[in-house]
Amino acid sequence: MRVPILRLGKVLLTSIQSDLTDEDAINFRTDVLSMIGETDAVGIVIDVTGLDVVDSFMARILNDTATSVRLLGGSVVVCGIRPAVALTLVEMGRQMIGAETALNLEQGVEKLHKIIKIGAAKRLNQMDFDKESIE
Amino acid sequence: MTKHISNESIVVPILCDADVIIARKAGRDIAAAVGLGLADQTRLATAISELARNVVLYAKSGRCRVQGNTDGEWRSVTVVVEDNGPGIPDIGKAMTHGYSTSGGLGAGLPGTKRLVNEFSLTSHPGLTVIEITIRRRQS
Repeated sequence: MRVPILRLGKVLLTSIQSDLTDEDAINFRTDVLSMIGETDAVGIVIDVTGLDVVDSFMARILNDTATSVRLLGGSVVVCGIRPAVALTLVEMGRQMIGAETALNLEQGVEKLHKIIKIGAAKRLNQMDFDKESIE
Repeated sequence: MTKHISNESIVVPILCDADVIIARKAGRDIAAAVGLGLADQTRLATAISELARNVVLYAKSGRCRVQGNTDGEWRSVTVVVEDNGPGIPDIGKAMTHGYSTSGGLGAGLPGTKRLVNEFSLTSHPGLTVIEITIRRRQS
């Protein structure tokens, strides 16, 4: 089963609607990265409301996806982690999810836009600073 | 109070990726049938997922037996995952957080142990058996 990834302006939106096999999860990671490359999107929101189990493998896939997207210069927000899943992840061990998170899709999109805006402002400041130091 | 009288058991053969999902669904269903809450259902399903994946990853094939139990005082689910694979060479290391031979997070076995009330592991070449139980007092 392929997880569809939608484009919404400069960001991507994807929602995992059902349990993924390991192979599906690996395909998902690849699809996200190639989609970022193809569309020059600046970020992605990954909605995991459909996952009623996030084990160490799925946690690793989410972490790896987030880290790789960051290496491409993009931002990631994972949203919709179910309360029981959050509890289980914490009980299993520290730092199972290293990405930015939000409660639901709406807040996830909002957070992603905020992160992108802050990132842009920082770069702008840095450019001003560089200019001043040259002058 | 709802009375849950359910001492059913399910055996799921573990041969591929998709069986991992079937096994953890079976675990969740039985946990719900004996009256365990959503958090415990999720703990059990996650624990089964870790163990069943190890079977696919290291032994290629095995089986997972899920047994629900209710008596006057307790409700519990016991899961036995076994395979005839090569066995775990160093159990001490395998139980250490962050240790992995498969490129994973290394949270599988130690994480599983933290999710359940009872955890036992015996392993030698040709037979690995892991038994876990989640047990709650009847409310």
